[in-house]
Amino acid sequence: MESPSSLPASDLTLAAGEPGRAPEAAPARVNLPDRAWAVLLTALGLGVLLVAAVIVGELWRIGAPAISHTGLKDFVTRSTWDPTRDIFGAAPYIYGTLVTSAVALVIALPISIGLALFLTEMAPPSVRSVVTFPIALLAGIPSVVYGLWGLFVLVPVLRNRAEPFLQRTLGFLPLFQGAPIGLGYLAAGVILAIMILPTITSISIEVLQTVPGSLREAALALGATRWEAIRLAVVPYARAGIVGATMLGLGRALGETMAVTMLIGNSPTIRASLFAPGYSLPAVIANEFAEATGALHTGALAALGLLLFAVTVLLNVVARLLVRLSRRGPARVRA
Amino acid sequence: MTAKIEVQGLNAWFRNTQALRNVSLTVPQNTVLAIIGPSGCGKSTFVRCINRMHELVPGARQSGRVLVDGQDLHARRVDPVDLRRRVGMVFQRPNPFPTMSIFDNVVSGLKLNGIRDDHAALVENSLRQAALWEEVKDRLHQSALSLSGGQQQRLCIARALAIEPEVLLMDEPASALDPIATAKIEELIHELRETLTLVIVTHNMQQAARVSDSTAFFYLGELIEQGPTEQIFTNPREPRTEDYVTGKFG
Amino acid sequence: MMRSVRGRRAVNRAMTALCGLALLIALVPLASLLWLVVSRGLAGLSFDFFTALPAPVGEQGGGVGNAIAGTLYIVGIACLIGVPLGVGAGVYLAERGESRLGDAIRFTAEVLSGVPSIVVGIVAYGLVVLPMRSFSAIAGGVALSVLMVPTLARSTEELVRLVPQSLREASLALGVSQWRTSLKVVLRTALGGIVTAILLAVARAAGETAPLLFTSLNNQYWNWRAGEPTASLTVQIFNYAVAPYKDWHDKAWSAALVLLLLIGTLSLAGRLLSRNRFR
Repeated sequence: MESPSSLPASDLTLAAGEPGRAPEAAPARVNLPDRAWAVLLTALGLGVLLVAAVIVGELWRIGAPAISHTGLKDFVTRSTWDPTRDIFGAAPYIYGTLVTSAVALVIALPISIGLALFLTEMAPPSVRSVVTFPIALLAGIPSVVYGLWGLFVLVPVLRNRAEPFLQRTLGFLPLFQGAPIGLGYLAAGVILAIMILPTITSISIEVLQTVPGSLREAALALGATRWEAIRLAVVPYARAGIVGATMLGLGRALGETMAVTMLIGNSPTIRASLFAPGYSLPAVIANEFAEATGALHTGALAALGLLLFAVTVLLNVVARLLVRLSRRGPARVRA
Repeated sequence: MTAKIEVQGLNAWFRNTQALRNVSLTVPQNTVLAIIGPSGCGKSTFVRCINRMHELVPGARQSGRVLVDGQDLHARRVDPVDLRRRVGMVFQRPNPFPTMSIFDNVVSGLKLNGIRDDHAALVENSLRQAALWEEVKDRLHQSALSLSGGQQQRLCIARALAIEPEVLLMDEPASALDPIATAKIEELIHELRETLTLVIVTHNMQQAARVSDSTAFFYLGELIEQGPTEQIFTNPREPRTEDYVTGKFG
Repeated sequence: MMRSVRGRRAVNRAMTALCGLALLIALVPLASLLWLVVSRGLAGLSFDFFTALPAPVGEQGGGVGNAIAGTLYIVGIACLIGVPLGVGAGVYLAERGESRLGDAIRFTAEVLSGVPSIVVGIVAYGLVVLPMRSFSAIAGGVALSVLMVPTLARSTEELVRLVPQSLREASLALGVSQWRTSLKVVLRTALGGIVTAILLAVARAAGETAPLLFTSLNNQYWNWRAGEPTASLTVQIFNYAVAPYKDWHDKAWSAALVLLLLIGTLSLAGRLLSRNRFR
């Protein structure tokens, strides 16, 4: 067996303290344990790729028969879901997912960005370090506990106070008509808003912190108030990253299961009113999968999962690209 | 000549570190004051006290009086926002707003202050004052980042001039620029003197000698000596001034 | 004609107030939730609650002992799979990941972290439940392990990269082989941070419900057989919460309190560990 202490000194001339990967050993002298280690590491790295492939593969394997049975167009546009007769129209679930996520964004976005701006631009740094703790707490609470709180706190408030109020003031809009039962699109939307708020806020804070201080100073030196400096110098610079943060929040909202299942009312219908009960893609999977009647039913649910997977992955990729681009700053050099 | 800027007994701190000690000087109207001294002597802190940017740093304090046109900057009636319109600033590194075009950059100060007069004319005027008009007149709507470093700095000067300040503070305006761009800026300073009062911080003594009417030498937060530029460089009173201008340290 | 400075100042104050209001609005649900979980859940906590099996409908008493055990069991299985895979991938990325393959793996890990947990549950169902023809703790563990891998890989990569090159070189110069250097020198240095990352990943996994609904299902009894349906705290909370019985609602709050305590302890332990490293 070759002696392991055979690396020439010239291989070790890298700068000290520089993080990075280990210097490559001279290939001809690599011994068996080192090779095995390299192979093991590579295998584990490839394992990640394998996991991704398996996810796509399994979803496709289980779900494809259901899609081909119904036809993709019908699957996505029809609204009758009757597993006993092998009829699968996913429109109500897609609709519910979109509506609740939209409501969540409309509520969460101004609060998140306002909060992020407050913490990075307006409040003293001590406030920021204190507040990051509760925000991390918010992010760590399990979905089912949010659902529990939503069921017994949010829903009664909506049913008894908020929804009647909205109906009195804005009832001319179809959005706010119909009997307020508390459960429904609005309840699910509100709980989603609370759940995605930490995501959008913390990424926005990260993005805002990369804005160079010199831009803020330039605006202030021109005689801007602090808010005007934010509008003039900070937000335009951070815009792409904030959009990315929002998309990541949206991705989370689309895939949220338990809290939505507990609050949305589980009614596979498409209704205009936010007070009405509805259904979402993750919710129907959660409710029906364990007792699915037959392979086609399971397949249809898996196809819903595949749809969810495709959309969230796409959103995620674009969002992270935006956040990364924003970190490098809007350097658009034209001729 | 009336004193445009008058500083009386100015002290400034960053938390517990004192950056300026009992500084007093005057700057007559329509003259150029150069502030020289080794790194860390308080030059930048000093000019930032004149447009009340110093107080924006968390933990920063100051005492003493700074008067512009005889008015104490810290009087109740004085709004820092309004003050900074009258006392403009150009920074060491050019900092045009990267998401805006050249035109929008110059106009930004005007929009802030709600000045609705003919923007195009004002922009041309400011760019001419900054000696940048000829170079950018055909591409006003291109991104500000398409300009070279020297051009960006002149753009920042145009932006500052657009709101018609009375005083212009320049914190090492040419230190990040090449010699040709530097020469253009120095020429600019010479011309601006007719309409404004300028205070230039520089670590380049030859530059100070070229552009200024009077010079102030700072060392370790204290004003060691101030006087007509020629006198400071040829016949300084203080030994430390002499040591600095002859290059014994710095 | 200039806009008045007073007006602009007023706008500034108003916007600052609005943004400060955002802070208050954001904190209200958190405060309410924590307060209610504690106030409604505390009463039901007892030694029995932590150790007993659930009582049938209508009967008083009972507990979530099997659910706590089940959660620990399933998450334990998840760690057996997810920790070596995730940490190993992270070490790979840090030590040999400067290549197109490494970039692809890094990118995939990032993308995987956004996959909804219920979708991962479907995959585990197809991979484990169908062939075994049974819901099982293993299936639940597999689902949770997939969720742990992306964050573990990313954290580990960052931590290993932080280990100074000089340490690696010193070891190699002493004649220690590559693999021993990686294992004993680099990983040992990064160990504290990696353990923190693992604890945080475990805390997250312990709070998952959706993927367990059709992998480990649920169980009203103790179960230590990996191939059988197993109870878990999260699924139990869900069942209690949506049931029509008031006393089950109370149990839901108590179980939620237990869950939050569990997750809180794990997270706290993780963060305390990382703080001690820098003493």
